[in-house]
Amino acid sequence: MNALLDVRGVSKSFRGLKAVQNASFTILEGSIYALIGPNGAGKTTIFNMVAGVFPPDSGSIVFQDKPINGLRPDQVCAAGIGRTFQIVKPFAGLTVLDNVVVGALLRSKTVSAAKSYAAEIMEKLGLGAKRDLPASSLTLPDRKRLEVARALATRPRLLLLDEVMAGLRPTECDLMVEVFRGLNRTDGLTILLIEHVMRAVMALAQHVGVLHHGEVIARGTPAEIVRDPAVLECYLGEETEV
Amino acid sequence: MNRRAATLLAVLGVVLAALPAFAGNYLLSVATLILYLAFAGQAWNVMMGFAGQLSLGHSLYVGVAAYVAGGMFFHYGLGPWAGLWLAMLVCVLMGAAIGFLAFRFGISGVYFALLTIAFAEFTRIGFDHLGWTGGPGGMFLKVAQRDQIDLANFRGPPAMYYYAMLALAAGAFALCAWLLRSRAGYYWQAIRENEEAAQALGINTFRWKMIAVMISSAMTAVAGVFFAFYYNNLFPEQIFHISRSIEIILGPIIGGVGTLFGPILGAAVLTVLADGITELLAAFGWEIPGIKQVFYGIVLLSVIMFLPNGIWPFMAKKLRL
Repeated sequence: MNALLDVRGVSKSFRGLKAVQNASFTILEGSIYALIGPNGAGKTTIFNMVAGVFPPDSGSIVFQDKPINGLRPDQVCAAGIGRTFQIVKPFAGLTVLDNVVVGALLRSKTVSAAKSYAAEIMEKLGLGAKRDLPASSLTLPDRKRLEVARALATRPRLLLLDEVMAGLRPTECDLMVEVFRGLNRTDGLTILLIEHVMRAVMALAQHVGVLHHGEVIARGTPAEIVRDPAVLECYLGEETEV
Repeated sequence: MNRRAATLLAVLGVVLAALPAFAGNYLLSVATLILYLAFAGQAWNVMMGFAGQLSLGHSLYVGVAAYVAGGMFFHYGLGPWAGLWLAMLVCVLMGAAIGFLAFRFGISGVYFALLTIAFAEFTRIGFDHLGWTGGPGGMFLKVAQRDQIDLANFRGPPAMYYYAMLALAAGAFALCAWLLRSRAGYYWQAIRENEEAAQALGINTFRWKMIAVMISSAMTAVAGVFFAFYYNNLFPEQIFHISRSIEIILGPIIGGVGTLFGPILGAAVLTVLADGITELLAAFGWEIPGIKQVFYGIVLLSVIMFLPNGIWPFMAKKLRL
């Protein structure tokens, strides 16, 4: 398999704080990659650099063999990377359908083509019945779904999910997992997952990278990661003889 | 649009088209003013109502366009049909300059609004010192021969101005209805609702905000040219004054920001009620200076308190349109 996204030695400091240091990882085409780590490990900083919110201080981010660091968020999206926001940002005054249409317009020639594609995506995510409601009336799980639907409507090759499971109940979380697994299997969508909810990570990810204090301290399959001493240490503390 | 709405629109269209046949000059001037405010409000609505960029300095475009087209007529005898294009060009360039400065350097929200006021204000001061336009003494266009129509120079009876303004208002409505349903409308509304999310969906927010400002300023320029040839006298102190900008935005705010009928309804309600009350008080022998502004304030307060989305969304619901 080819590398779809290659993050090569990126670093980012905010004033004195080194948020991310020399982090590297590779996401293969058609895979689901999870980036985990304790709070403040630098996950969201990496996410934002990939999404074009700010450029890395050093290192490079290569998507489909082209460097994308320094591009604006809209250019990153146009290049084929869709994203969700950890704190959902629906277009509250628009209907649910129109929210998705905005995303679909990126690769649709006409508004009517965008509308029919948006309707298709909404059916896939189980939002079809709510298409004409104002987005402000949705519950949190539906807002998260809308966030995903909007990003998917831009027809990304790579989907970035920023803590999309946070705040969901286990059953709702399992439903989301099914959605992503379906997208990955049937549409071949590549997914980068930043997640705290291990239930989702274990169920979805084929590869996991663990960040700690801005550095990648472990890489592997979910089964390898949960047995890795370095990972256990950063989450639970050092093992001591009693 | 359903059948009730279509019927109402048709009735309104017929009444407006037939108005000069039974209305006197006073009524016609009120109707022209309403249509003028509806048109300018529609233009402002493109920027604020659609794209969420608050301008409190739209008098800038009215004034500059009025002076450009008026000046060409006054100095060179050039009719408004040619002057209009030049006025639009100048206004679009000014709008683009303001938009570029603001959007390039991340000035948004109230700070953007302040910037628009600042541009209108220093243009006013600049025009006070500009000899070509007559400075603070004003510029006066030759008053029309009221009984004959001279279309080339846009001089004629009140009915001609009324029909011109009616056509402009209808055109602005159609343009805005089309824009709102087009790609631009979706992008603008996305930017209005959440700019960060809009950009994450691949929208070049800088470009689309610039387009909104340029369309809005071009439309407002048309209003300015009409203003010059309708009122025939231009003073920097009046035309660039912030109260002129407020007058433009009151209609859409009271009628419903971001709606298509809001600017029209708001302009009609404000003008009819304000003029009506002034007339009524005058009939009782009370001439109270500034009563119009007090009245505007009361209407604005009540709308904000009871109908924060404006009158139109409420009315549309009640009338089941």
